[in-house]
Amino acid sequence: MMLEREEQQRLEELAKEIRIATLEEFGHLGFGHIGGAMSIVELLAVLYGKVMRYKPEEPRWDGRDWLVLSKGHAGPALYATLALKGFFPYDMLKTLNQGGTNLPSHADRNKTPGVDMTTGSLGQGMSTGLGVALGLKMDGKDNYVYLVLGDGECQEGQIWEGALYGGNAKLDNLIVFVDYNKQQLDGYVDNINPLGDLRAKWETFGWFAQEVDGHDVAQIYEAIRRAQEVEGKSSVIILHTIKGKGCTFAEGVEFNHHMRFTKEQIEQAIAALKGAEGNAV
Amino acid sequence: MRFSIDEVAMKDAYIDALMELAEENPQIVVLDADLMNSNSTIKFLKRFPERAINVGVQEANMLGMAAGLAAVGKIPFTHTFACFNARRALDQIYMSVAYAQLPVKIVGTDPGVTAAFNGGTHMPLEDVGFLRGIPTMTVIEPVDNVMMRAILPQVAAMDTPVYLRVNRKQPVKIYAPGTEFTIGKGKVLRDGDDLTIVATGILVPEALEAAEALAEEGIGARVINMFTIKPIDAELLIKAAQETGAVVTAENHNVINGLGSAVAEVLSQHHPVPMERVGVQDLFGEVGSVEYLQQRFGLTSEAIVEKAKAVLGRKNS
Ligand SMILES: Cc1ncc(C[n+]2csc(CCOP(=O)(O)OP(=O)(O)O)c2C)c(N)n1
Repeated sequence: MMLEREEQQRLEELAKEIRIATLEEFGHLGFGHIGGAMSIVELLAVLYGKVMRYKPEEPRWDGRDWLVLSKGHAGPALYATLALKGFFPYDMLKTLNQGGTNLPSHADRNKTPGVDMTTGSLGQGMSTGLGVALGLKMDGKDNYVYLVLGDGECQEGQIWEGALYGGNAKLDNLIVFVDYNKQQLDGYVDNINPLGDLRAKWETFGWFAQEVDGHDVAQIYEAIRRAQEVEGKSSVIILHTIKGKGCTFAEGVEFNHHMRFTKEQIEQAIAALKGAEGNAV
Repeated sequence: MRFSIDEVAMKDAYIDALMELAEENPQIVVLDADLMNSNSTIKFLKRFPERAINVGVQEANMLGMAAGLAAVGKIPFTHTFACFNARRALDQIYMSVAYAQLPVKIVGTDPGVTAAFNGGTHMPLEDVGFLRGIPTMTVIEPVDNVMMRAILPQVAAMDTPVYLRVNRKQPVKIYAPGTEFTIGKGKVLRDGDDLTIVATGILVPEALEAAEALAEEGIGARVINMFTIKPIDAELLIKAAQETGAVVTAENHNVINGLGSAVAEVLSQHHPVPMERVGVQDLFGEVGSVEYLQQRFGLTSEAIVEKAKAVLGRKNS
């Protein structure tokens, strides 16, 4: 269950590529939900680089695992991942948010190949993800459902309706991730409506709950495998992350939810990522 | 016709006006659901920290709490994008607010295509319909900052719930400073005898432009800014229908259940005349710039001119 060193490096490399592709995608536009896109990159790398079963040439293949990106505003990071994995041409990333695009700012199952669920109104992916997991179970299928929540999103009542139901439903084909980057739109979660002991909350709702470093691909991978081994329980993995992670102009900034940026800022951020690998541009 | 754009965004004109009222009226309370930076309610929080609540991302709870605050005499104003304030919290608005007779003021920002780059999921094209269908609810779409400043004290003073549909951005200037407005009374912006264009929100400047274009062809279009969609100014509408004999409505909303429907309800009963509706033709929203989306959905002066000619054809046949 341990991730081998080479695999780890491969996934870290994929994470870097996803970050760069996301930055290029945003760069064409000059603004976007950068913070929450950057914080889920390692998760996407582990899911699409190793864990999930999918066929890029057949996005709705019925043997696939599902991703429900409930924090739908992070769509651009998912699009970058899907483009890198061959669901659609890389060039399409340039069309983000342009009139007529198939890449809208919030994830849309009817527009983008590889996007499994429509999200954008926070909280709703919790329930649609539960429905997908329940339906797959009814059909006796072994597809997994991976469901990504934001921490600000966890202030929605709908999350806790789903948590109660999901805990009782014991869906061992469901793994929920909370991108616990400690920030929401108006700043720090702790200054607005704190979540308290998040892990304990999920546990009292009956979930198998784990907490890992959400920027460590090995920890994410190992937590997913542990979750998959648990039978008769729905699983949640709390990812401790940093909003804006790996983006020079966004990381560590209080208001980095939706930002405007220049081409130069994007270029510098990409150069920094490439430099971090040792082969400076 | 060239309009000048206000240097002040409507969200700022709004919050400045609300803070002025709040200076005098300690009962005014602001609630927002993690969009304080987007809605400028952050300014209110800084000035009146004890009277501003950022609930976080939880709209249904916000509306319910606002109803409770109203029950103990507060004058709560709730804020978030219109798709979340009107759509997501509709049951709370219906029962805890309206049915329970608790006069919450609901401020929904980014209506219709002004949700632009947030895309289809965030594009309320049905909010007027939802809210208009709730007894006692007043529905207002302020068109510019002069109007916003003028009507806000009236809104705050009402003992019934109000829905304010607010374009956050810098609006086109329509009215001269000092213009007076009464909630429930439409404003005639231009006279004409051949047809009447009834418009709200960002379609008002389009309507004025259309009227100008029609004038060049010798067609006289009256333009009414029906900023109160409910209760609608039936008297003004009936008079316009009697005097011009043809009506075009124009709105940044689905043609079903919005301004066009409200106008048709009045006229079909009291003075039926040929009518056409400019608006989104029962489609979901999409992502893109406001300009792109106005073209895409036909929310333009050209579309109004076209419908004006169609309605005149029917009137004269
Ligand atoms: C129901 C709903 N309310 C409000 C919004 C507007 N909104 C988009 S993202 C966001 C903040 C979300 O914070 P969080 O879940 O922590 O996301 P992250 O920090 O990971 O980007 C808000 C308020 C929304 N999309 N949906």
